[in-house]
Formats: sequence, C-alpha cells, structure tokens
Amino acid sequence: MDNHMFAATELNQKNQRTEKLVRLLFILMAGLLILPVLIILFTLVYKGSSILSIDFLFTNPTNGMTEGGIFPALLGTIWLVVVALIVSVPLGIAAAIYLSEYAPDNWGTRLINLAIINLAGVPSIVHALFGLGAFVVFFNFGTSILAASLTLAIMTLPVVIVATRESLQAVPHAFREACWNMGATRWQTIRRVVLPNAVSGILTGVILEVSRSAGETAPIMFTGAVFFSPFLPQGVMDQTMAMSLHLFVVSTQVPNVPENLPYGVALVLIGMVLIMNSISIAFRMHLRGKKKW
Amino acid sequence: MNITTQEKPAELAICARQLNLWYGTFQALFEVDLDIRKGMITSLIGPSGCGKSTFLRSINRINERLGYVRINGRVELFDQDIYAPEVELVQLRKQVGMVFQRPNPLPTSIRENILFGHKLHNKRSSRAEQDEIVESALQQVLLWEKVKDRLHHKATTLSLEEQQKLCIARLLPVKPRILLMDEPCSALDPKGTEAVEELIWELRGRYSILVVTHNMAQARRASEECIFMLMGKVVEHTPTHQMFVTPAQQETADYIEGRYG
Ligand SMILES: Nc1ncnc2c1ncn2[C@@H]1O[C@H](COP(=O)(O)OP(=O)(O)O)[C@@H](O)[C@H]1O
Ligand SMILES: [Mg+2]
Repeated sequence: MDNHMFAATELNQKNQRTEKLVRLLFILMAGLLILPVLIILFTLVYKGSSILSIDFLFTNPTNGMTEGGIFPALLGTIWLVVVALIVSVPLGIAAAIYLSEYAPDNWGTRLINLAIINLAGVPSIVHALFGLGAFVVFFNFGTSILAASLTLAIMTLPVVIVATRESLQAVPHAFREACWNMGATRWQTIRRVVLPNAVSGILTGVILEVSRSAGETAPIMFTGAVFFSPFLPQGVMDQTMAMSLHLFVVSTQVPNVPENLPYGVALVLIGMVLIMNSISIAFRMHLRGKKKW
Repeated sequence: MNITTQEKPAELAICARQLNLWYGTFQALFEVDLDIRKGMITSLIGPSGCGKSTFLRSINRINERLGYVRINGRVELFDQDIYAPEVELVQLRKQVGMVFQRPNPLPTSIRENILFGHKLHNKRSSRAEQDEIVESALQQVLLWEKVKDRLHHKATTLSLEEQQKLCIARLLPVKPRILLMDEPCSALDPKGTEAVEELIWELRGRYSILVVTHNMAQARRASEECIFMLMGKVVEHTPTHQMFVTPAQQETADYIEGRYG
C-alpha cells in the first residue's frame, strides 16, 4: 500500500469494525421484536385456520360450546365496543379540547393531567371492580352491555384524551395566531382550523382504542359479559357474550373442546384487531398525504 | 367649511398616551406616547427586544391572551379608546389586520384563505359575491394574475413572497383600516422583500400602515414617518427622511449607523 493522503489509519479501521458490529447488534434486537408476533400469528393460523368458515362466524355455539360457531360473541364484542366508543369519544375529545385549547396553565389543570396519567395506569381489574360497584350496583344498570361498555369507556378515556390532545398540539401555533388576529373566537378557530388538521391523529387514537377494548376481558367479566347465552343481545340493558371472554371460556373452562376451536376464536379476535389497526394506519397515511405545512 | 391649513392637526389612526405594559413583573413598554397618522406608512425601528412587537400587539389587544400581561395608559384608534369596557375584541380585530414575520397561510386553498375572515364575520354570501371578494383582494396585492388559475391550490404551494402577499390579501375583505406588519419581509429573499415593499407602498393611502422592520434601508425607502424605540421607550418620531439625515437624538444616530445590534 502506498501512502495515500486520505487512507484509513488503523484507528479508522477499528472504528469501522465496531460500527458494523454495533449495527448488526441493533438489527438483531429489532428483529427479535418481530419474532413473538410472527410466532403467535403463525401458531394461530396453523392451529386455528382449519375451523374458520362463514358458518363458524355466523352461527351459535352448540353442544356445550364444543361445536358450532361464535356469532353471539362476535356480535357482543361489536356491541360493547360501539357503545363504549359512543361514550368515550365525545367525552375524551371534549376533555382534550378543553385541556389543549382553553385550560389556563395552573395547578388545577396540572391536577387534571396528573389524574389522566394515573387513570391510564390503573390495572384493568381495578376498573372492572369500579364498574361493578358504580354501574352495576350503584346506578343499578345490572350486568348489562351498558355497564360493561361504560367500564370500558372509562378505561379507554385517558388514551383518547392523550391522543387527541397530542394531535391538537401538533397543529402549528401560527394557524391559531392567524385566526385570532382576524377576530376569530377560540371556538371558531378550533372548529375551522385546529380540528380539521388534527382529525387524523384523533382517529388513530380512537381506532387504537377500539382494538384495545375489543381484547379486554377483565372489565367486562363482572359487568356485562356472560359465559354463555343462547340469545343475541337486543339492547344495551341485555347481557352478552364477548370474544375475549369466550376465548377464555373455551380455552380453560369447557371440557372436550376440539383443539382448533380456541385457536380459531383467537384468530378471529386478532383478525378483528389487525383489520381495525390497518384501517387506522391506512386512514392516517391518507390524511397525512393530503396535509402539508 | 374650513379650509385645511398647515396648522390643522393631522388626523390620527393610532394615538397612544402614557402606555405602560408589563409581562408579569417585567416592564416592556414605558410611557409610550405616539401619534400615528392616518393613511400613512409609519415604520418602527429599534434593536431586537426593545418592544416593537409588544407595541404592535397592544394595538389589536392580542397581548391579552397571555394571562400575565398588565397594561395601563391609553390607546385610541380613530379617536376611540380601545381599552374601553364596551369594546368588542372581534370588532377591533376586524379593523386592525396583522401580518407576521413568517407568512402563516392557513392549510387550505388560496381561495379559502382569502375568504376566511369574510366567512368569520358574515353569515352567508353568494358564490358570485365570494368570487368578487377573492378577485378584489388578490388584485390589491398584485397577485391576481399569477394565481387566478389555481385558486384551489394549497396556499402552502406558493412561494414565501406570494404567501406573504396572500397573508396581506386575506385581511382586506373585512375592510380593516389599520394594517400592522411585524417584520413582514425578514423571512424573504431580496427579490421577495422588494416585491412586498412595493406592495406595501402601493397600499399607502387606503390603509394606515405600521411596519416593524430591522432593515434600515427598508424603513428609509418604504415609509413616510419613522419611530425609533429603545428599551421600551420611544426615542424619536419624525418624518423618515429627517430621521435618516439629521436624527435629533444621539441614540438614534448610533442605531442608524449600526452601533447597536
Ligand atoms: N410573551 C412574552 N412574555 C414575556 N416577555 C416577553 C414576551 N414577549 C416579549 N417579551 C419581552 O418583552 C421585550 C420586548 O419584546 P418584543 O416586543 O418582542 O421586542 P421586539 O419585537 O422589539 O424585538 C423583550 O425583552 C422580550 O423578552
Ligand atoms: Mg419582534
């Protein structure tokens, strides 16, 4: 080797080797993260796909839940999630708008924010017991979709609030200034400029919440979901079966269940969640592509 | 009928008397007395942090959004006390348009940007009426020919210079009488600066314009009267040519010659 002025020194070479090694390590770690997801999905598909059919989705379970389909549970989960959303979305968005756009920066606001963070950290079983005490007993809703959905709504409220507040705050302050200086009131500014530009973030938060509440078992177990019901729910005061609880039941509580049944239930549940998440992501990308600043 | 003579005091757009302003405990304006004449371009110069923006923001009372601002003294626009209890801020801000350092068009189309203020303050208007408003506003800022074929494009696709002109144009449909501009050219390149300056000059007479600027040459070229502020106080207020040729105060001379930051 002749002495090129910019040739690598020994130290350079050593640094380069370290660089490669470190990068490899990080790739490995990141790869490790996908592994559990892939294994779960693969196992579910491998063991559960044989039971999937239109009939499985749209018929009642029969023969002590060892045969038949999952329709009441599927429908029940949709009921629970939709009613929970009807409560938590307007409430959460309104709270977030107040916190982000109106609330003065004082100890009261900080207290509310602290409460929200803490609410997000409360284990779901505690929410379940709260729901039992508050909605089932105190408000006397009984074990019903209403009580279970209200419990889910309270549990998911912090995430809706935080997601909304963050997307509101991501809207550049200059837009608000422009509006205020033209004589817009706060609400005009929010409705015409801030909300339309925050909607993608808000929706993402909401849809993520849907998928989380679809999978929860504890909060609905004491408040509205039942192991088995031969009837489909007719209204919010009815009890209902639910996918997550059904999965628990057929996996652990019922004897002589064919092996592919619980896997099939889990596959449908995960499928619901994945579909909703993809919708959320696709929607966000669509809206992102449209906005520019 | 009186014949207008030289002695008759000029009509005032803005009149500030003994204006003091505090941000919390920090005093940003000290006993500011200013008479800004109607239909003129007045420039406001002074080192960074001397209170130029603060003064501007107390003319449309936007400062009050910060809870910790305290004001005393008097500000009159066209002989009306704007700190009087019966003043409706929406009405005040309709009359007083503000242009910022960074162009801040809203993330909608060019057309919607122009119509935004109009729609805020008027119930319904016909399509034809709206078309007319858009055309007239864009004509006034010399942008019509350039954008008339792409009114539905995003405002953010315009160049910075055009965006700034748009930001001026969108104030016009609500018929403001005063335009406040806070360093309107400082985000623009020299060509854009020149174009916007020309536009401001063009608007002279129709609006009373108060422009904050960092740029001496700009103040000198594009204003009729000039105010020099230092540390929250007004040092000098004279016709522009006079300030740049024979400044009355030593501080003014020092600043003009670049001895402050
Ligand atoms: N929102 C605010 N809160 C507290 N102090 C402020 C605020 N805005 C400006 N100031 C202070 O007031 C003084 C004047 O500021 P400003 O009016 O922005 O000056 P200029 O526009 O002349 O550069 C500065 O010392 C600045 O730090
Ligand atoms: Mg400033």
